[in-house]
Amino acid sequence: MANYDWEKRKYVIGAVATAIVLLYIVRLFTLQIMSDDYKKNADSNAFLKKVQYPSRGVITDRHGKLLVYNQPSYDIMVVMNEQKGVDTLDLCASLGITKEDYVRRMEEIKDRRRNPGYSNYTQQLFMSQLSSEEFCVFQEKLFRFPGFYVQRRSIRQYEVPCAALVLGDLGEVSPADIEEDDYYQNGDFIGKSGVERAYEKQLRGEKGTQILLRDARGRIKGRYMEGKLDTRPVPGKNLTLGLDRDLQALGERLMEGKLGSIVAIEPATGEILCMVSAPSYDPRILAGRNRGKHHVRMSADPMKPLLNRAIMGQYPPGSTFKTTQALTFLQEGIITPETAFPCHHGFIYRGLKVGCHGHPSPAKLVPAIGTSCNAYFCWGLYYMFGNRTKYKDVQEAMTRWKDYMVSMGFGYKLGVDLPGERRGLIPNAPFYDKAYRGSWNGLTVISISIGQGEVNATPLQIANLGATIANRGYFVTPHVVKQIQGEALDTLYTRRRYTMVEPRHYETVVEGMRRAVLSGTCRKANLPGIEVCGKTGTAQNRGHDHSVFMGFAPMNNPKIAIAVYVENGGWGADYGVPLGALMMEQYLNGKLSPESEKKAEEFQKRHINYGTEAR
Amino acid sequence: MERRLDDNKKKGVWRSLDWWTILIYLALLAFGWISICGASYDFDMGGNIFDFDSRSGMQIVWIGTSLALGFILLMLDDKLYDTFAYVFYIILLVALFITPFLAHDIKGSHSWIKIGPFSFQSAEFAKCATALALAKFMSTYGYNIGRAKDFLITLGIIVVPIVLIILQRETGSALVYLAFFLVLYREGMPGCVLFAGVSAVIYFVVGIRYEQTMLGYIPTSVGEFLVLLMVILFTAGMVRAYCGKTPVTRHILLYGLGIVTIALGFSALVIPFDIKWVLVSVCAAMILYLCYVALRERIMRYFYISLFALGSIGFFYSTDYVLNHTLEPHQRIRIYVLLGLTDDPSGAGYNVNQAKIAIGSGGLLGKGFLNGTQTKLKYVPEQDTDFIFCTVGEEEGFWGAAGVLVLFLILILRLIHLAERQPFAFGRIYGYCVMSVFLFHVFINVGMVLGLTPVIGIPLPFFSYGGSSLWGFTILLFIFLCIDARRNLARKD
Repeated sequence: MANYDWEKRKYVIGAVATAIVLLYIVRLFTLQIMSDDYKKNADSNAFLKKVQYPSRGVITDRHGKLLVYNQPSYDIMVVMNEQKGVDTLDLCASLGITKEDYVRRMEEIKDRRRNPGYSNYTQQLFMSQLSSEEFCVFQEKLFRFPGFYVQRRSIRQYEVPCAALVLGDLGEVSPADIEEDDYYQNGDFIGKSGVERAYEKQLRGEKGTQILLRDARGRIKGRYMEGKLDTRPVPGKNLTLGLDRDLQALGERLMEGKLGSIVAIEPATGEILCMVSAPSYDPRILAGRNRGKHHVRMSADPMKPLLNRAIMGQYPPGSTFKTTQALTFLQEGIITPETAFPCHHGFIYRGLKVGCHGHPSPAKLVPAIGTSCNAYFCWGLYYMFGNRTKYKDVQEAMTRWKDYMVSMGFGYKLGVDLPGERRGLIPNAPFYDKAYRGSWNGLTVISISIGQGEVNATPLQIANLGATIANRGYFVTPHVVKQIQGEALDTLYTRRRYTMVEPRHYETVVEGMRRAVLSGTCRKANLPGIEVCGKTGTAQNRGHDHSVFMGFAPMNNPKIAIAVYVENGGWGADYGVPLGALMMEQYLNGKLSPESEKKAEEFQKRHINYGTEAR
Repeated sequence: MERRLDDNKKKGVWRSLDWWTILIYLALLAFGWISICGASYDFDMGGNIFDFDSRSGMQIVWIGTSLALGFILLMLDDKLYDTFAYVFYIILLVALFITPFLAHDIKGSHSWIKIGPFSFQSAEFAKCATALALAKFMSTYGYNIGRAKDFLITLGIIVVPIVLIILQRETGSALVYLAFFLVLYREGMPGCVLFAGVSAVIYFVVGIRYEQTMLGYIPTSVGEFLVLLMVILFTAGMVRAYCGKTPVTRHILLYGLGIVTIALGFSALVIPFDIKWVLVSVCAAMILYLCYVALRERIMRYFYISLFALGSIGFFYSTDYVLNHTLEPHQRIRIYVLLGLTDDPSGAGYNVNQAKIAIGSGGLLGKGFLNGTQTKLKYVPEQDTDFIFCTVGEEEGFWGAAGVLVLFLILILRLIHLAERQPFAFGRIYGYCVMSVFLFHVFINVGMVLGLTPVIGIPLPFFSYGGSSLWGFTILLFIFLCIDARRNLARKD
């Protein structure tokens, strides 16, 4: 019966078996070796890279007093498939939300379009950034809410409610931030303004990662390789600011109900002692859960509380600018300290009149500065721009003039360590060539000599001018941060920048500024026991004049240079001088005398009515 | 004299035992145990892989008992299996029959009998009994597979356990018995029967699996397109195989495929239309052409081949009709589940996809023992039973996985070799049965993990966790080794 043909079928069967195994090996080869996708897939499956956030650097003032620190806040997390049977009314009551909020939030969490990472088994964010107080109530009842968890985070907290615009705020990273720096990922916080933004890299520290193993249901099953590949977070660096906390607080008090700015600088170092911009806000409202709400409200405020006027406001410097003119004319040899110009209630020449108030005429330079004579500086500029032996044309004179201004820190950004600084405006020859089609002379532009017209400067630039005069000819780029923990300051903030004017000419101007305090426009700044030098300014503008003061003290070995700018404050002596005096007294004495304290209270209550027009 | 013969017999058993097979068996056991360790290890618990509370620890018990069982089986007289083949078969049929009544419901299956702390799956042991009964019946004197009565009884021996196991809701295990058709093929069943059977399965699987997928922009279902294309190719292949070199093959391939290609191009690039009618027309033309050739050449084979083609198309459309119009929805779902189509409610093929990720992430050399993340973190379902091959792929990499496959291939080829050297039909047929069962299990199990065959839940021999399956495979193999070891001893009866 045996058929030997059938025995050959063993080859067929063997061949089939071999073919199957070969096919499978080829398949294995394509899966395991030809393609990398599966490996990547597997890693994203199994490894959860958990970010360990470093603590952000703490910020203190120049005396080591705390300004910004981190405070624990609490995120309430929920695991959906564990939270069944929770008394929702009780939960809502202890979190201070309504039932509708609860239902809406739960639906948002489950909506995979809005929450792509949703899983029934993992913690989902239910409510973020609860403060310790809010959290306290909830914590006591936490055991009654199975499936709800608490995750500790930290938010910025502020010791005193001031310097909001200098310190800046934190916000969630934008897609653009992530694109620019791949350090960030969705949900991270980044400095959005002020020091927080400028020193973001130093403050943020370095994130650590913990590689965790995650199972198919998203549950954490321990650490990969016992944490051998994990990295620990590096805490951010602490910053010491040049700011004096008490001075800043006083400044903000004095500027209540006013628009404007006070900037004080330590002349020798360029450290900013205070930077007040009014109106401002309590920095605490931009930290935590309600940031968005407050930010929207303030963005829409016509008084622009989010604008740091100290570096972003560009104002005519007014008479404070006359000091720069005096220095320029002296250095250029247009005048000497003995040169006198007539002033008959102003500069009157060829039908042009720039008014002035009554004072003895003719006046030499020192009294001219002391009484803030407009005519003197108009004549100076007229002679300079008209000098054809020194300059071949008005353009060359203008360029020369502009170079002086720039060397004193005007016209360009000073380079302060805060974002958003504006450059002000110092016109140059092409500017006027364009404006007047080439037909212009010293008389056409005469108002720049008294800090009006086209000239614009930020309060910081004006304060820096004070520092330059106090230093008799140089300044250090003003900066807010005095010290970075474990890191040297940029040389920009330690290097002296000399102006084009020799120190001896500065002495004359200092004398003039001292004269202003003793017998001129700044008499209200004459502090007992302190040799104050100052210069008022009354900057004309479309509405009521701006009140400006620029000064420094003491005259020899100056410790503080200051600029006060009160929008629509009237005469320089109305607001600028008294506020500047109070500030200098506070800084130099460490406190205000009782009379000064009374005066400060009075100014705090004196509000200026600005109407509702956007500014 | 009697004693010496007995002694001789014992010594002879050890001498003529096929140690190669034993070696492969041990290697697979060892490899299998390593994989169980990998699959059941928990990163959280850490734990001792030898702990009897863990699956890897328990598997040691199963391996130990299997080795003892194998030793006992080798010691038994081979005549025993021959003599009691039908008895075993009947006992196991009874066991299969009563199992659903005693069994507990485990994931909808009623196949487990609990004895004390252990659960047994009678279906695993029934394979062996069926193989013995088949061998016994087919080796009777005067058996002729071509005779209808003999063939039907043979078929009956295979089909009865299949029906009983299907009653236990263990369709996967039941399908394993189809492997015995390979034995029938070796024993003289015409190859075309096997081919027709295989074709039917392929039509069915491909047709259903890709029923819903469309061919790009062409409004034709991929399943239908592929099946009709296969009908043309298979028909051409049969003409070539059974009628020798004739231009008929060339005509079918050239014109048939030519027209299909043109239709495909026209539909894809010019006006999308359902090209199924083109394919059906081509098939009809092919059938008519074969009938014409049969009449012209007076060769009936052309006619039979045309019947194959007609039958194929008829089969395909009738299953399609039965599935979509006569079956109840839950019955249809059961078939889909068997094919791994509705395994995952979201339809993404979660199991197979995760299995591919696990294997693919192993790379060339693997992640190392106990270092696989995908299997241990339970991304792969059934990772220590049906999907155990994932662990091999992930932890041992391409070399390990390919090595395991090669080991299985060597085992299968070795079994063919051993079967062919048997002096008696009983041993040979039984040997082929053993080989077929292993081949089927490896083919389906590994194919399923690699995403090549439907998801049918059957274990990978010596790898999947579980006492019943390990014992079942050990018994299957060692009875054959016992028979093989005594092949040269004179039989007095």
